[in-house]
Order: sequence, then structure tokens, then C-alpha cells
Amino acid sequence: MIDRARVTAQPVALLGPNPTLRMPVEAFDYVAPRSLAEAYAHLGNGRTSLLLAGGTDVIVQLREGRKRCDQLIDLKHIPELMRFGFAPDGTLEVGAAAPLAALYEDAEVLRRVPALVDAASIIGGTAIQSRASLGGNLCNASPAADSSAALMVLGARLLIGSASGTRELPVEELFAGPGVNTLQPSELLVQVRIPPQPPRSGAFYLRFIPRNEMDIAVASAGARLELNATGDRIEGARIALGAVGPTPLMAKAAAEALAGEVPGEEAFARAGELAAGVASPITDMRGSVAQRKRLASVLTVRALRGALQRAREAR
Amino acid sequence: MAATEHPSYKVIGTRPVRPDGVEKVTGKAQYGADVRLPGMIHGKILRSPHAHARVLSIDTSEAEKVPGVMAVVTRADFPVAEDVVQDLGEGAVSVKELSDNVLASDKVLYRGHAVAAVAATSPHIAEEAAGRIRVEYAVLPPVLAVRDAMREDAPLLDEQRVTKEMGGQGSGRPSNVASHLRFAGGDVEAAFAAADEVVEREFTTKMVHQGYIEPQNSTASWNADGTLTIWTSTQGAFVVRSQVAEVLRLPVSQIRVIPMEIGGGFGGKIPIYLDPVAALLSKKSGRPVKIVMSRTDVFEATGPTSGSYIRMKMARKDDRITAVQATLAYEAGAYPGSAVGAGAMTMLSPYNIENFVIDAYDVCVNKPKTSAYRAPGAPAAAFATEQMIDELAKNAKLDPLELRLKNSAHEGTRMVNGAVFPRIGAEETVRAALTSPHYRSPIEGPNRGRGVASGFWFNAGLQSSVVASANSDGTVNLIEGSTDIGGTRASLAMQLAETLGLPFEAVRPTVADTDSISYNDVTGGSRVTFASGLAVYEAGQELRKEMVRRAAKLLGVDEAELVYEDGGVQSTRDATKRLRFSEIAAKAGQTGGPIAGKGAVQARGVGAAFGTHVVDVEVDPETGKVQILRYTAVQDVGTAVHPSYVEGQIQGGVAQGVGWALNEEYYYDESGRLLNASYLDYRMPTALDLPLIETVLVEVPNPGHPYGVRGVGEVPIVPPLAAVANAIAEATGHRFRDLPISPRRIMEETQGLA
Ligand SMILES: Cc1cc2nc3c(=O)[nH]c(=O)nc-3n(C[C@H](O)[C@H](O)[C@H](O)COP(=O)(O)OP(=O)(O)OC[C@H]3O[C@@H](n4cnc5c(N)ncnc54)[C@H](O)[C@@H]3O)c2cc1C
Repeated sequence: MIDRARVTAQPVALLGPNPTLRMPVEAFDYVAPRSLAEAYAHLGNGRTSLLLAGGTDVIVQLREGRKRCDQLIDLKHIPELMRFGFAPDGTLEVGAAAPLAALYEDAEVLRRVPALVDAASIIGGTAIQSRASLGGNLCNASPAADSSAALMVLGARLLIGSASGTRELPVEELFAGPGVNTLQPSELLVQVRIPPQPPRSGAFYLRFIPRNEMDIAVASAGARLELNATGDRIEGARIALGAVGPTPLMAKAAAEALAGEVPGEEAFARAGELAAGVASPITDMRGSVAQRKRLASVLTVRALRGALQRAREAR
Repeated sequence: MAATEHPSYKVIGTRPVRPDGVEKVTGKAQYGADVRLPGMIHGKILRSPHAHARVLSIDTSEAEKVPGVMAVVTRADFPVAEDVVQDLGEGAVSVKELSDNVLASDKVLYRGHAVAAVAATSPHIAEEAAGRIRVEYAVLPPVLAVRDAMREDAPLLDEQRVTKEMGGQGSGRPSNVASHLRFAGGDVEAAFAAADEVVEREFTTKMVHQGYIEPQNSTASWNADGTLTIWTSTQGAFVVRSQVAEVLRLPVSQIRVIPMEIGGGFGGKIPIYLDPVAALLSKKSGRPVKIVMSRTDVFEATGPTSGSYIRMKMARKDDRITAVQATLAYEAGAYPGSAVGAGAMTMLSPYNIENFVIDAYDVCVNKPKTSAYRAPGAPAAAFATEQMIDELAKNAKLDPLELRLKNSAHEGTRMVNGAVFPRIGAEETVRAALTSPHYRSPIEGPNRGRGVASGFWFNAGLQSSVVASANSDGTVNLIEGSTDIGGTRASLAMQLAETLGLPFEAVRPTVADTDSISYNDVTGGSRVTFASGLAVYEAGQELRKEMVRRAAKLLGVDEAELVYEDGGVQSTRDATKRLRFSEIAAKAGQTGGPIAGKGAVQARGVGAAFGTHVVDVEVDPETGKVQILRYTAVQDVGTAVHPSYVEGQIQGGVAQGVGWALNEEYYYDESGRLLNASYLDYRMPTALDLPLIETVLVEVPNPGHPYGVRGVGEVPIVPPLAAVANAIAEATGHRFRDLPISPRRIMEETQGLA
């Protein structure tokens, strides 16, 4: 059975009964499939669709007329998309629509993948986190989305499904530009897969905001460091930056320069400089080009320090 | 912590629970958006996408065809506005400009300027229909910043406008400068020549928002008999009544304004925006019409406070500030009326400075018409003065508070406008700051700094009226006409309870509508606890006299032998002859009927407010982020009627001032589009951004009020801008004279980023 309700605005339950909120001009259908197969069928019915996970981006965009659709497909009634857990091989599999709060309140997730919690626990406030999902954060494709850089350094892969099957891709290949992802209209993100982390490694994510909460990153950085067996050399590193380009960026040269180095301020400072080199930010109400480039370097260093501490704790 | 000089009171100075508290915390209080009436429909306003344009034509025919649409209005539906200036309770207002701001006529002057409106059976239909109104614009270049607008070649908002010069004649050339004021005294040139040190600096601030949570709203019902009822969120129901009456050319008696609970105002809810539009939509449709602004509407189209430019030259000789020369230019927004005059009059008031010349310019720009914001005009001016004093103190190796103390204003000091201070608490606040545990504690650690600053605000008196009636159970109904924003139901009830010698709980305050009480000016100028308090005192005195008369009848003695004392009437001859207030009230029917007292005042004896603040900050040298480590606000509060609410006012003012100092600004692109029209990107401080703000209440009673009350609500926003800037200067070694001192600005300045 498919729940269908013709609504002249948004589904009322999502916004509460106050009819005086700014509403979209056009009517659309709301559908709530109970399985992936049903969802794929909706995606293939020839109408313009938008997917609804937590709705904390998409409802705002609809209300402000920045997006439109014929039908809004609610993903929260599809069990696979709401679950998360560790697979036998240690991969953390997160259903695309699972709320962030459930994720970061999980003790195993915090113990095994703290960098994901760094990101998930700062996206909006508690109310937002109780609805917002990783899938929505990634697919919305904001260059400032907090989970992106964290998942990139964790080496996350995305399971993407459609009526014709599934495919996997590295998370960094999801982003095509501000607000644009590489999914086909027939596809949806099913799962975010975070592989078991290498031994003696640690990862860390942070952002810069002028306030202490309720803000969108002016710039952000994630880093993962892998140490050698004796802990005195870096074996490998990954660095990713947010809000300093049209998409979140991998800072490859900065990461490569760390391999074989002694972990510490000197190597981190150089990595910071190199990371700033890949930044191509804009000036807007949240920050300037020069400020963001500088922050890319500062935050890279701070992310590396955090990653090093976690790597040492992991040994 | 408090330093006290007043007599001991029974109710004043206690901390009872506010009468409106339970309804508010249980969600039962009725706000404007809660109004629902039989047959009510919804209005939507079409707003200009351009910051400056001529309106060539408006075609509403497509909108009218949308099913569900019941009325459309444009300016053509309004009575022709008279080009007259009226005092409508908010200072002088041109009726034409007021009408033009409510709905544009020939020109739109800012993005978001209202152009037309639709009422329909649902807000969605109204919005869809509004989108189908075709407006033809001839787009003009906008002018957005105050100094650009003052240039001779600037685009003109109003080709007819010439600068009003105080007393004299201006050039007569069209200009965006609406007016120029000058205050002068002594001989500045001589003082500059004789000075030990003269510093000259420039300061700028950006437009900022008051930050209330509740968007503007109005529901209007035009009745078949030609009367009009308006439910709205406002700081002054009577001012809404008089403004709507002018715009719609109705007698005030035909309009009834019902003030709903208010979700914050801070000056922003004094002007009218939606009320006349909702009224005309209601007249046309025959239905009650409700309009509620979106947050974007609030940011783009209602009044923030001015952005400003200030140049200031200050001289020191020994430990005296001997002369100040200053030029202030404030952005008025689309129509004249910034608070630059108040800025000029307040900027030197904490001090006794003999020689001064202050020029003040009110300048129109293509941004929303500014409105009041807590101590309007004073914070930006103090941002300049208080940094100048700090710089002079540091250069001369003087303690910045000691220098302030040496130059402090006191009873008898003349303000720049010639007014002479009665007993004030300026010196007392500086002294209390000097001896505060905060100031006496060391500040240690790298990248940390301490700043101080003082501030002044006049406070207002104006008109208030109340009625107090005794109930048969010995309680008293207090009917008043002042919107309760800051706990004034409580502070007025407390004053009546004190006057009558009754417990606080015996007084039941109600804020009435404009048909139910005589005139009251706005809740603004920190005036209600003071001025409506005077009316309450008067009503209380009347009740006391009446109680004595009634007791005389009940006791069968001569009135002359009776006194009102301790919540009852007492014989001075026979100690056993005593009647409690409740006993007399219960028998009112036998002694002459209902017992009531009234108070109606044009309040005199306003007590000015002074504050001195101390703040410690830490600046992240890499990111430029500022943490407020500790904040202490000292204020002369006259008498703290309800100390918790006084502290709350001070803490709220500081929070707003810190936001203004660090991150808040209206961020426009060159076309005049506001890019941060949401609370996500308009960065007000959150609870995590501030420590608990410590308060020191100094009580120097106001001689103009029976309980020594001074307004307390506004002055706490005056010092923080400069106090924070002074602290950042200590922490970083860099002076910041442009607000906001955001991380971006700090990085640019301290790291040489262009
Ligand atoms: C007040 C507030 C504060 C915020 N603060 C932050 C913050 O600090 N950091 C931050 O990064 N973000 C922030 N956001 C943005 C938002 O909350 C996050 O991006 C959130 O993770 C989005 O998740 P969602 O489930 O609500 O997405 P939705 O709004 O449901 O969806 C977002 C987009 O992704 C698409 N989508 C959703 N699920 C899928 C899927 N499975 N497959 C394909 N496409 C899909 C939707 O169609 C839509 O286009 C904030 C938002 C608000 C309102």
C-alpha cells in the first residue's frame, strides 16, 4: 500500500498547523513508500521528484521557492534507510535517512568512529539532529555540509540504488557543485558505508564558526592519520576541506606530504599550507576568500592534532 | 549585589512571580499570530525586488482571477496622504512618508518595500495571487551607505528633499541629507591649542536588527458600521490607533486597537506596517483579514537601527577631557528619522566637558526606514566616545576608570543640549565598577584583554493613565494601557501594592485596549515602570483617600481622625478602631458604591540612567574568534522595583550589545539585497556565546518619583560596543573602529589579510 495524500502545501504534520508560515506556491503530492522497490517505482513514474529524509534542508528550500517538485517521496518509512549498525567485517553501515541523533548517541559509533560524531553532533541543534540524516546532509551537496569532509577522510563509500540495481562510489564523487550531486533522477542513496579504520589511526573533524552553535561552517577540515608500529612516523594521511570551494575538497598533496614524516607541529604546519593551496573559496556573508584560505590551513593543523591524539589513544 | 540608599519597602525590592508568567510558560498567552476569527481570511504582501525604482504600473487583474482571492489593494485604494507632519506618539512623522512606507506610491526605496497586497481564503492562495501581480519598474541605482549618500552626485531618493538646517538656511540643493543639527558650547579651538594631547579618529557601524522573535502581525476587521478593530503586536496600541487614523483618514474613535501579547520589540514594534493594509483588505472583502510577516519580510522591510559614520576629535589636558569635536552621520533608511540627534545628545553625557561642537546628519539611503532600537542612537555614539577616552587614558598611562571618574558628570552638569542634570548616579557607577571584584581581579594569560566603557540614556516620561478598582474580596483590579514587554504588569502591580500596603498578589493587572482606558504613550524610552508607575501611585493615593472616607462612615467617626496605614484605615485617637482594606472594600455597597481610583499623568521628573561595564575577552590569534570570559555591568537603577527583572534587563541589553560588537550586521550586496535575512546568518549571540553576565545594581533614587524609580531597560546596551572593542584592543594590540569586530575583521587586521 502506498500512502497518498493530495496536499495543497506541505504535509501539515511536518510544519505544524500554523497556516501563516511562508508556503510554496505550487501544490505537490506527498508519498510515503514502505520499501525501496516502491520508492524506485515512484522515481520512475515520469514526474519530478524530491526525496524527503529529515526535511531540514528540503522543506526550507521548498518554502522559499528555491526547489519545486510534483511529488515529495518520504524515505522515513523504508526500514533499510532508517537502520544503522556494524557489519561483521567492521564496516559501519548507516541507512541514508537515519537521524543523526540516534547515530551519535550510539556508544559503539562514538568509540569506533568518533570523527563521524564530531560532525553529526554539530549539525544544527538537538531538534534538527533528531530529524536530519547523513543522506540528506550529503545529497543536499552544500560545500559546507559538516558530514562530508569527515566521511571523506574516513574513506566512506556510498551505496546507491535504483530500479535497475545498485552501485557503490566513494563519497567524494557524490559532489558536482554547490547544491548539485551526481545521482541520476532514478537513483537514491541507500547507505553510507564507513570501512573499518586502519590500525593505529585516528580521525578528527572540526569547523570554524563565529558563534559557538547554530551556524554554518565558514570553513572546515577533517583529517585522518595512520601511524607506524612504533608511532614515530606517519604512514598515511587523508585530509578534506569544507566550505572553501564549490564542493568539499580532498587535499591530496597535503596528505601525501605527511607520509613518512614525524607526526608533529612542523609536518602539520606544512600540510596546512599545502591544504590552503587547494582552497578556492568565495566571499559571502559568512566569510571572505582570504579568511577562508587562512582558515583552511589553521583548521587542517587543528584537525591533524586531533587525529594524532586519537591515533595515539588507539595504539 | 546592590548598593542602596532608599527607605525600606515592603513589596518594592522583592521578587514575586510575574502575573503573566503562568500563561506564557504554559503556552496559553495569546499572541497576534494566534488570532482566529469567524470568516477570517489571510493577507500577503507583494514586495519590491529592487532597492530603488520608479513604479510605472501595477496590474492586479491576473491576481484577482485566482480562485479564493477576495480582495487586492494597492496604493490607489488609500486616501491621498497629506504632506503634513504629525506627532503620532513616535516623534514627528510625515503622514505622506508613513503612508508611502506602508504601501509604496510612485517609488520603491528599498528591497522588500510593500507594493500591493492580496487577501484570500488561504495564505498559499494569497501568496500565489500576489505573485501574479504585474509591476512594471524603472530600476534606479541604489545608494546604500551613509557617506555615499551624502555625496553631491549620489542618486537621490527624493528629488524634492532639501536639508533642514537648524535655525539657518541650507544650500537649497536636493540632497539625501534630511537634516543637520549642531550642538556647540565653549571654545574648542582654544582648548585643542592648549591640550596635552589631541586624538582624531573615525568610526563606523552597520545597520543592526533588534532581534525580537515574533514577526510583525496584524488582524483587522472592518465592521459594517464603519468602525475598525485591529488585533496586533505593538509597543503602543494608541500609537497604532493614531497612525492608522492618519493613514486611513478616520477619526481615532472609530478605531479600536487590541494589543496582543508581544514577542519582543526593543523599539522595532512602534511603527505600523501591516495594519492599514489589513484594514483595507478587510473593508474590500468584508472579512477579517490577518497578515503575518515571514522572517525575511521582517529583516528586509521593518526598521532596524542605523548604520553610522562618526569622526571625533578629543583633547586631554592633565586628567581632564577638555574638548570634543564630532561629526555624526546616521543612516535613516528610506525616509528621514534616524536617531542621530539622540546620538549627538547622549555621546558626552556621562562627562562634564566644557568645549564641544557636534554636527549631526540624518541621511536617507536605499535600505528600510530605521526604527527605534533600545537607547536609539546612543550605542554607536558611545562606541566612538568610549574608545577615544580609552585611547587617551592608555596614552597618558591613566586608569581608564579613574579618568572617567575625574571627568564624570554629576548633579548640576549641563548636557550638550543645555539641560541640567538633577541628582544622577554617573560617578557612583564608575566607583562601583572600580571597586567591583571583577575589576580588582587580575587578568592573566596571552591574547586576553579587559575593557571598560560607560553609557548614558535620557529615559522618557510621556503620558500614562491607569484605573484601579477595589474588588469586594479586598483585591484590586489595575487596568493599564502599556504593552508589557519587560515585566511591567509586575512592576506596576508592585508599586500599587506598596502604595496601598497590600500584598503583591492582591493586585490584578490587565493591559486594556484603546476603547477601555485613556491614552497611553508607547512602551519605550524605559518609561513604563517610571511614568505608568507615577499614574499608579496617583491612583493608589486616590484609593487611600476614598478608603478613609468609607471607613469614617463604617466606624462612625470623623474623617480627620483617620489615617490610611499598613493596608487599612486607623483611628489616630483609638487604637482599636481599625478596618482592613478588604473589610472596607467588602462593604462598598453600603458606603457609597464601587471604590475606584485613577491616575493620569504627563510624567515629569524623569531620572536619567548611567552604566559602566567591565569585560574580559580572549581572542584566538589564528581564527580571530572572540570569547567573552567575564562581563560585569554596573548601573544606577534608581530603585530596583523587581530586582530580578532589572537584572534581566541589564543582561539582555548586554547580550544585544555584545552581538552588535562582534558579529551582527545587515550584509547587503551592491544591488541592495540583504544576504543574511535569517537568524542563521544574522549572527546574534546564543546562550553558549556568553558567560553569566554579572550585575551590580547601584540605587541612587530618582528625586522625580515617589519610589525613586528610573528607567532601566535601555542604558545597558550603550556601553558594550566600546567595552568589547577596548578589551579586544588590549588583547590584540589593534584598535577596531569599525563594527562588527568579526573574526573576519580581526584576521584581516591582525594577520594583514586584504
Ligand atoms: C536550523 C538549521 C541548522 C542547520 N545547521 C547545519 C549545520 O550546522 N551543519 C550542516 O551541515 N547542516 C546544517 N543544516 C542543514 C541540514 O540540517 C543538514 O544538511 C541535514 O543533514 C539534512 O538532512 P535531512 O535528512 O534533513 O535532509 P532533507 O532536507 O530531507 O534532504 C536534503 C536533500 O537531500 C536529498 N535527499 C535526502 N535523502 C536522500 C537520499 N537518500 N537519496 C538521495 N537524495 C536524498 C533531498 O531530496 C534534498 O534535496 C541546518 C539546517 C537548519 C534548518
